[in-house]
Amino acid sequence: MKEKPTATEGGGPPRRHLLFGGAAAGLGAMAAVGLQVANSAGRESGQPGPEPLHGAAVVPFHGARQAGVGTPAQAHGVFVSLELRPDTTREKVRALLMLLSDDAARLTQGKAALADTEAELALHPARLTVTFGFGPRLVQLADPGQSPGWLRPLPGFSIDRLVPEFSGGDLLLQICSDDPVTVAHARRMLLKDSRSFASVKWVQQGFRRAHGTERPGATMRNLFGQVDGTANPAPGGEQHERTVWGGEGMPPWTPDGTSLVIRRIRMDVDTWDELDRPGREESMGRDLANGAPLTGVAEHDEPDFAALGPHGFPVIADFSHVRRSRPEDGSQRIFRRAYNYDDSPPAGGVSESGLIFASYQADVDKQFVPIQQRLDELDLLNKWTTPIGSAVFAVPPGCLAGGFVGEGLFAGD
Amino acid sequence: MSKKTIRPVLPLFIAASLALAGCSSPATPSPSSASQGAAGLSMGEPWVKASADGMTGAFGILTNNTDRELVVVGANTPSASMVELHETVKGDDGATTMQAKEGGFTVPAHGEFRLEPGANHIMLMGLAKPLAPGDVITVELETSDGGQLTFSAPAKDFSGANENYEGSHGGGESHGTMDHPSAK
Repeated sequence: MKEKPTATEGGGPPRRHLLFGGAAAGLGAMAAVGLQVANSAGRESGQPGPEPLHGAAVVPFHGARQAGVGTPAQAHGVFVSLELRPDTTREKVRALLMLLSDDAARLTQGKAALADTEAELALHPARLTVTFGFGPRLVQLADPGQSPGWLRPLPGFSIDRLVPEFSGGDLLLQICSDDPVTVAHARRMLLKDSRSFASVKWVQQGFRRAHGTERPGATMRNLFGQVDGTANPAPGGEQHERTVWGGEGMPPWTPDGTSLVIRRIRMDVDTWDELDRPGREESMGRDLANGAPLTGVAEHDEPDFAALGPHGFPVIADFSHVRRSRPEDGSQRIFRRAYNYDDSPPAGGVSESGLIFASYQADVDKQFVPIQQRLDELDLLNKWTTPIGSAVFAVPPGCLAGGFVGEGLFAGD
Repeated sequence: MSKKTIRPVLPLFIAASLALAGCSSPATPSPSSASQGAAGLSMGEPWVKASADGMTGAFGILTNNTDRELVVVGANTPSASMVELHETVKGDDGATTMQAKEGGFTVPAHGEFRLEPGANHIMLMGLAKPLAPGDVITVELETSDGGQLTFSAPAKDFSGANENYEGSHGGGESHGTMDHPSAK
């Protein structure tokens, strides 16, 4: 294992060696002890202690709304869709949600879950969030009267080439952290507590830039190299609030609830390679270098769809993605929290890449579907992108300590 | 209480390292599942292993919030016909065995006593019905000074804690200590 020298300024011993020495002793607990030693050693010698480790960063689990929606996207995300066993009862659904909420409440705070056999892996949450989404069957089992009208598969689109291996499901777990080991541990712990109730229908594992690579809040790039999601309403803003959690004329299915659409979009990077830079920018309607609209200079400049080029054609082409995805109706907005995927290529190929397009909105039918219909009708990017998976989930509110996510479906009990 | 011997399937050194690791993260009793006894004794992080057959174990962290030592001497639950306090002991030959703890669980003043798979635990025998994951059972502990502590514990799907009794397990029947080769 290669290790870069760290923290050698001031002539002191690289503190990380202490940490690694501890870990090498074979006990996770010793790593934590090693860190404490390193911290106190720094203080005693008058040197500044090491910066707080990012692994300790915690996102609160309890609250009116679930974490992992407005939370700035972590570097790693896994989406796990579960299928409830055929004989699942309402009581079983409740028991499952209580178990999983308890696990999530502990793991996200850097504590081992109950009966956690790898307790040491829980100690570095690195902004771990666990977000639950309910498929149609779960809501039907728990409280059919609360099932929102949009909680069903999306209408078919002509561009779809959906496969069951990436579609549907009864219970979604969105597990995100800046540390992939933390994600793996949380995933296993949650699935161990799920296995007597449900089976895994599909798993989609995704990534963005590593923590610390770019300034927080930077728009992600997808594996086409595009700045992807410039128009996303930023968490904390009014537009985001309305888009995700609803408002006047756009009520959520339940207060502090929202919806999640997960589309797996295969990106044909091999044919995309055949397209030169001007063609790529024209298909997108944006500059590749910084994501600025072709009529602007900076990423967040408002596109000027009326601007014409020297030959009288629109600067931002009619078929461009930025024009087609921009609704005329301002209420048709979505909040995307996407992850790249890069899987093993099929035999003879070199890439199997794409986007796990996770989209949050108050109302799937009013917000997501119209945008997707416009893109289905015309979007030059369709030439290189293919939706191969699709699932719709109702995202319930969060819970307070002692409660569980989804308790609103059992309120009448 | 009769003396019984259980052979842990988990090598004891693993159990020991888990216990050590546990010490590095201060345990915060969950408000949802912890219980406070009148005697200043509390149970944090309680859980019980889901079980389809007759017996299982309950685990957690006993915390003594008083200035004096507290001893848990008995336990019972409506969910099982017999409950015992079990400990792990090391024989003169270095072999480890599990047996009913004669003197009970001694929780030091302002200290804690951990109940973990492969170590000290509350043994439930004669389960009234299969214990499915997510079921919640109620257990009552009794201290030597007459105090009581009631806590509820959720059942968890757990592959470990596979303690095998040596020989038959009848009431009052005493078993000798069965040696188990230590995994060293």
